[in-house]
Amino acid sequence: MGVIHGEEMVLNIGPQHPSTHGVLRMKVRTDGEILTQITPIIGYLHRCFEKHCENVTYEQCLPYTDRCDYIASMNNNFGYALAVERLMGISVPERVEYIRIIVAELNRIASHQLAIGTFGLDVGAFTPFLYCFRDRERILDLFEMLCGSRLLYNYIWVGGVSHDLPAGFVEKVYEFIDYFEPNIQEYNDILTFNKIFIERAADVGVLPEDVAISYGVTGPNLRGSGVKWDLRRHDPYSVYDKLDFDIPVGTGAMGTVGDCWDRYYVRIREMEESAKIIRQALDQMPREGDVHEALPKKVRPPKGSVYVRTESPRGELGYYIISDGKPKPFRLHMRSPALTALSVIDEIGRGWMLSDVLAILGSLDIVLGEIDR
Amino acid sequence: MVDYLVVILSSGLMSNAHPIVVFITAGILTALPIFLFMAFFALAAVYAERKVSAFMQDRLGPMGQGAGFHAGKWGLLQTVADAIKLVIKEDIIPAKADRKLFILAPFIVFVGAFITYVALPFNQVIMAADFNIGIFYILAVASLGVIGIILAGYGSNNKWSLYGAMRSAAQIVSYEIPAALSILTVIMLVGSLEMQEIIMAQSGTIWGFLPNWFIFNNPFTFLAFFIYFISGVAEVNRTPFDLPETESELVAGFHTEYSGIRWGFFFLAEYAYVFIVAAVASIVFLGGWQSLIPGIMAGPGWGLFWFFAKTGFLFFVMMWFRWTFPRLRVDQLMKVCWKFFLPFAFINILGVGIWDLFVR
Amino acid sequence: MNFLELVNYINSNFVKNFVPVEVEAPADHIDCPADRWRSLAEFLRSDEDMEFDSMMCITGVDYGGEEGNLGVIYNLFSMSHQHKLEVRVTVPKYKPVIPTVENIWRIADWFEREVFDMFGIEFDGHRDLRRLLLPEDWEGYPLRKDYEFPETYHGIPINKVKEGWE
Repeated sequence: MGVIHGEEMVLNIGPQHPSTHGVLRMKVRTDGEILTQITPIIGYLHRCFEKHCENVTYEQCLPYTDRCDYIASMNNNFGYALAVERLMGISVPERVEYIRIIVAELNRIASHQLAIGTFGLDVGAFTPFLYCFRDRERILDLFEMLCGSRLLYNYIWVGGVSHDLPAGFVEKVYEFIDYFEPNIQEYNDILTFNKIFIERAADVGVLPEDVAISYGVTGPNLRGSGVKWDLRRHDPYSVYDKLDFDIPVGTGAMGTVGDCWDRYYVRIREMEESAKIIRQALDQMPREGDVHEALPKKVRPPKGSVYVRTESPRGELGYYIISDGKPKPFRLHMRSPALTALSVIDEIGRGWMLSDVLAILGSLDIVLGEIDR
Repeated sequence: MVDYLVVILSSGLMSNAHPIVVFITAGILTALPIFLFMAFFALAAVYAERKVSAFMQDRLGPMGQGAGFHAGKWGLLQTVADAIKLVIKEDIIPAKADRKLFILAPFIVFVGAFITYVALPFNQVIMAADFNIGIFYILAVASLGVIGIILAGYGSNNKWSLYGAMRSAAQIVSYEIPAALSILTVIMLVGSLEMQEIIMAQSGTIWGFLPNWFIFNNPFTFLAFFIYFISGVAEVNRTPFDLPETESELVAGFHTEYSGIRWGFFFLAEYAYVFIVAAVASIVFLGGWQSLIPGIMAGPGWGLFWFFAKTGFLFFVMMWFRWTFPRLRVDQLMKVCWKFFLPFAFINILGVGIWDLFVR
Repeated sequence: MNFLELVNYINSNFVKNFVPVEVEAPADHIDCPADRWRSLAEFLRSDEDMEFDSMMCITGVDYGGEEGNLGVIYNLFSMSHQHKLEVRVTVPKYKPVIPTVENIWRIADWFEREVFDMFGIEFDGHRDLRRLLLPEDWEGYPLRKDYEFPETYHGIPINKVKEGWE
């Protein structure tokens, strides 16, 4: 870069901006095209999730968790249901466990498709986005068949799931996996190994391992930095320990370990792994069984507190619940993976150009619904 | 065509009018079809862009169903509806904008595109004015639009617009150079700047079977075609070089604050420029109205067909770019221009000179 | 290390004694007085056998009731040793000040800002203690149990709260 420095300009990116993925506002100081400081200002989508939860019963909290990370509602339901079940000491039938894993992994694929598609949009590639949406549509159709809704499912309940699998669902999921697995190659052809895309994403926004851990960055972003860390494997919940899958990590194949390209490619690889998990879960799932068997008559956990974390598509999704023995939670706190991912933007985005910072933001895959809660 | 009309008018209908009146009438009679063509081309291009992008993205694109106010069969009326919407939309000028520049900018961009059409030969006869500096005129006038873009960015008093304008100034000025140098190779071979003569020089065959277009003439012009075409894509701000209006970074770049018909003028001018780049590439390197198979299908009617076929194909390639590639970053864009295109353009000129002296 | 081993290790290696508190369930966390929290945090982060390099979660709590204590719950995790620990710091409502740990775990920056935002607990030494989610000019701390809902916001009337949906 040159040595001439003009005056710095303060620029507001957002709250309404095409590539902030929601109502995020970033106050940046710019020196020409280069951003010298980034201050994210959040809260435009704050819906008082935690305050709401203190005023409704445990069952009624469930739909609110949908609306936090609206891209991966199943995973949010899953985490909440697990937390309350652990607080109450309920164990659910095996069939329910497998159903949960199948829908959660399907939702993970859908979420990653959105993530890589919008990352493509951020670097100016429009077509991969629509390819992703074409395939995501099929997952949403499956969910519609399962529980009637396409975005906010409210499907995984405390102690079970809301509906048993409809007739023909299992075959449809097999069909989808058969269709989807070869299709990942199409994403690679059009975007992943495109020369311009590599130029834009490789070596940009490098997130070193120690910084990532200190900032609490989790999930694909952490794995992109080369840390082999997945709660499904290292702190297993449900029946993930019975399933065989790899944990893809960033290798710096196109640049430095932990750059945007690594974070992107980890998501592509994870979709493959999720497809693998779904196939195994479908094979192992007991075909008969009542999914409402373990549903508690009344959800009233005993006094105590619990912190349960699950691997949502964005990383470590934690619920801290304090119960005082009443039907309403005394305190419910949600640890949002997207919040921690966003907090690192100043650290890794400073000194990069405007275009790069938006690419970095896209590669972190944030969902503002979950950040602001 | 203007000269031709002046002769006809002064000998017939307007034989006793003042020569200046005759000239102006002839000018208007020539300009009107160009304007209509520009408007029609923009409509057709938008429709084509929608349909092509839709097919590339596994979608259908605009589709109308049934009777009534739908977009018509296959969405054919979609762009017409868009045009009507643009015209009747509220015209907003921001309070803090520099009013004069804000209003002036779209017209400059539009006029820059409009007057370029004067020198474009559509076939053997249809051409507004065939003057002896045709290609030079096109290169000079086509870059007039950048002034409008800078004014729009500056006059909007919006930081995003300013960014767009700054990028556009740097980008268009840079890419002018390789584009012009690439065309210079052809001018060296023809020895004339006149458009029709450049096309005439491409008649016949080369090596027995290929049409004698300049793209096939020698390795250097072959390279020059690609340098010109890619620089041209960059000059008209289309993906992967659409940095002045990157919708994901600068909201809409230099035309962020524009709406309604003023925005429509930018839009019209953008497609007009796209047509110009494709047309100049097809005229200079692909033989313009010359037939694909020399000697066959050569009349003026066919000339029109060949010209539009070649231009349309290049336009399709631009759409193909747009819906396939991600966008470059601003420094990468400059790097491509100054470190790769410019040296190669110079080598081309040297190479063509040597080729012309010794090989031919 | 499991929880009891962790507590024993802390008790024997850290200068101050910490005794796990019995709640109704078996003990799962340690309590720490606010004035010792900073040094404990540094110990937990830097000691080789502890090495809690990841701050999983910071939860603010208003325990309500007559005492009216506020608390902050820190969930720590060690990526290298794979053990976790829950530390609770409790402060009285009239003087809610806790030393910050934001320069030990960088994510604590935003987590502490969130707790400050919702509970009004001040983190002593925090570089940039501003509200995180709520507007800068918001009055009161909404997640406190005694929070009164405002009637207007910038002149816009706020609908009265309905009493649950039992």
